[in-house]
Amino acid sequence: MATIKADKVLPLYRDMLRIRGFEGKATKLYEQGVLPGFLHSSVGQEAVPVGVSAHLDKDDYITSNHRGHGHVLAKGMEPERMFAELYARTTGYNSGRGGSMHIMDFSLGIVGANGIVGAGVPIATGAGISFQVNGTKQVAVSYFGDGAVNSGAFHEGLNLAAIWSLPVVFVCENNFYAESVPQSYAAKVGIAERAAAYGIPGVRVDGNDLFAVYDAAKAAVARARKGEGPTLIECQTFRWSGHFVGDPGVYRTKEEVEAWRLKDPLPRVHSWLEQHGVTAADLDTMEAAVADEMDRAAERGAAGPRPDPQAATDNVYAPEGVARA
Amino acid sequence: MRQILMREALREALFEEMRRDPRVVVFGEDIADPMGGSYKVTLGLSTEFGAVRVRNTPISEAAIVGAAVGAAITGARPVAEIMYMDFLGIAMDQIVNQAAKIRFMSGGQVSVPLVIRCQGGPGRASAAQHAQMLEAWFAHVPGLQIVMPSNPADGKALLKAAIRSDNPVIFFEYNGLYNVRGDVPEPEEDALEPIGKAKVAREGKDITLVTWSGMTRMALQAAEQLQAEDGVQAEVVDLRTVSPWDKSTVLASFAKTRAMVVAHQAVRQGGVGAEIAATVYEEMLDLVDVEIGRVGAKFSPTPFAPELESAVVPGTADIVRAARDVLSRGGRF
Repeated sequence: MATIKADKVLPLYRDMLRIRGFEGKATKLYEQGVLPGFLHSSVGQEAVPVGVSAHLDKDDYITSNHRGHGHVLAKGMEPERMFAELYARTTGYNSGRGGSMHIMDFSLGIVGANGIVGAGVPIATGAGISFQVNGTKQVAVSYFGDGAVNSGAFHEGLNLAAIWSLPVVFVCENNFYAESVPQSYAAKVGIAERAAAYGIPGVRVDGNDLFAVYDAAKAAVARARKGEGPTLIECQTFRWSGHFVGDPGVYRTKEEVEAWRLKDPLPRVHSWLEQHGVTAADLDTMEAAVADEMDRAAERGAAGPRPDPQAATDNVYAPEGVARA
Repeated sequence: MRQILMREALREALFEEMRRDPRVVVFGEDIADPMGGSYKVTLGLSTEFGAVRVRNTPISEAAIVGAAVGAAITGARPVAEIMYMDFLGIAMDQIVNQAAKIRFMSGGQVSVPLVIRCQGGPGRASAAQHAQMLEAWFAHVPGLQIVMPSNPADGKALLKAAIRSDNPVIFFEYNGLYNVRGDVPEPEEDALEPIGKAKVAREGKDITLVTWSGMTRMALQAAEQLQAEDGVQAEVVDLRTVSPWDKSTVLASFAKTRAMVVAHQAVRQGGVGAEIAATVYEEMLDLVDVEIGRVGAKFSPTPFAPELESAVVPGTADIVRAARDVLSRGGRF
């Protein structure tokens, strides 16, 4: 392994635990019927956003997708306001106007989860234009799944970022199923290979290996910051749940799901930490603390006020000064 | 006052706003020099402002608008050009689901200061994929502003206002207006016109003609004809912004004339004229003699053959006829 320093691993492991803890709690609440709307769990994919976000600063930007809780937690969102948003409370990140699929916090560089597959790709490219115009060293990361790579937005967005050498990192979480359709059915070429079509580096890593993701993202983010252009990283991973919470996933075999559960990204970091002097008792304590944090966050999130129906159409338009009648 | 062409007026707006605000960036297909845009509106921009702020793009409409959205929400003020209105369909997700909704969905965290310029419209035998007026598609989407100027002064002042607006604007330039010349204030005046405000282009007391974009000139001609041939004084309201539209100016004019024709080059069925007519009916139910007519293209794609195109797309004569119908129905003619 890997370029990561040992003292950095423990906080990253904690971030992975927090994603798993958040998803577990949210799933439970959704199954109880107390959360409106859709819920897409990212359990099984935690290593990807944690390994990528380790290289991002607060003023770097990410675009996310429908399965975005992990991306936004790793970028700095707090579970309490996330739960408030999932509960559609005014104390949520989007004041209850977005929900799980559209959660955003521009102050954290989170320009949005997105309900449209592939849509975040050209948006991240556009963020790269801003950075180039302003002459900053910021980087934009676009997270998307294997389904998105067959959309036109993916092709156009990568090509544009490539020809202008924009500071963007395209991170594909290949969990092998676009809802129900297998990646092997949906395309005749691999995902990392597609980078060649745009003349940019394409890297394939074990997305359940935090250290592998960390290293690939480190190189890609550094390349972007130096003005050398975008990289496509394919992280092979798996979602343990169905496409949405409640989807039984009839398109996958029990054996396949079980095989991937054995490749759980968390125990791999857990044993690494134990080998590097962290005691099992300390890790147990951390796990318990995270579980407790999520319980409290959900409780507080739920306690926020519900939006006033009188305010239903707030923010359709921004207020204007001179330019608007 | 000096007179310049519509295309020159629009070009001046871009130059002035790019000089004023370094955040303004322009990109689209064929817009950089030496081409300077398919209709030369952006001619000279890339030479003055360079390749970082003015970018030719590949033929990638979804990414042109998508990148403009991404740039707009991260601090730039992009003006994206889509070469023909007819090509907006390729970028529809980014317009409808992203640009129009990000502010709303974010709970007001951010605004989307983005202009999508595009041109097109009938009258040049461009056939069914290069001659549509599609404003109704976008008028159905909350969060968008649709600006459709009818003359060089408004074109310039509204494009400047659009670039300064914190909300997404689709800026439709009717192709038939590019070579129209008109009075335009000197650049030093920095003239702006408010988005969302109609203009009474001609005053009258007998009937209101509500229109916009290329149809405004025809409505003004129709008004002259009605005056000369029938002694009817038509008031022409140039809507200028099709969404959100200026209800109060339209209703004020209607309250005076109590007769109205809404005229647009777009297909009549499901057109913006239907919305305006219905709104006026709703608001004016207590008036007894409410007469409203609509003029729009037939329910057909735009034909190639010039004589067929003229048969589908309305012109001055259709407005005159509709006005006479409305007035005779009301027993005032």
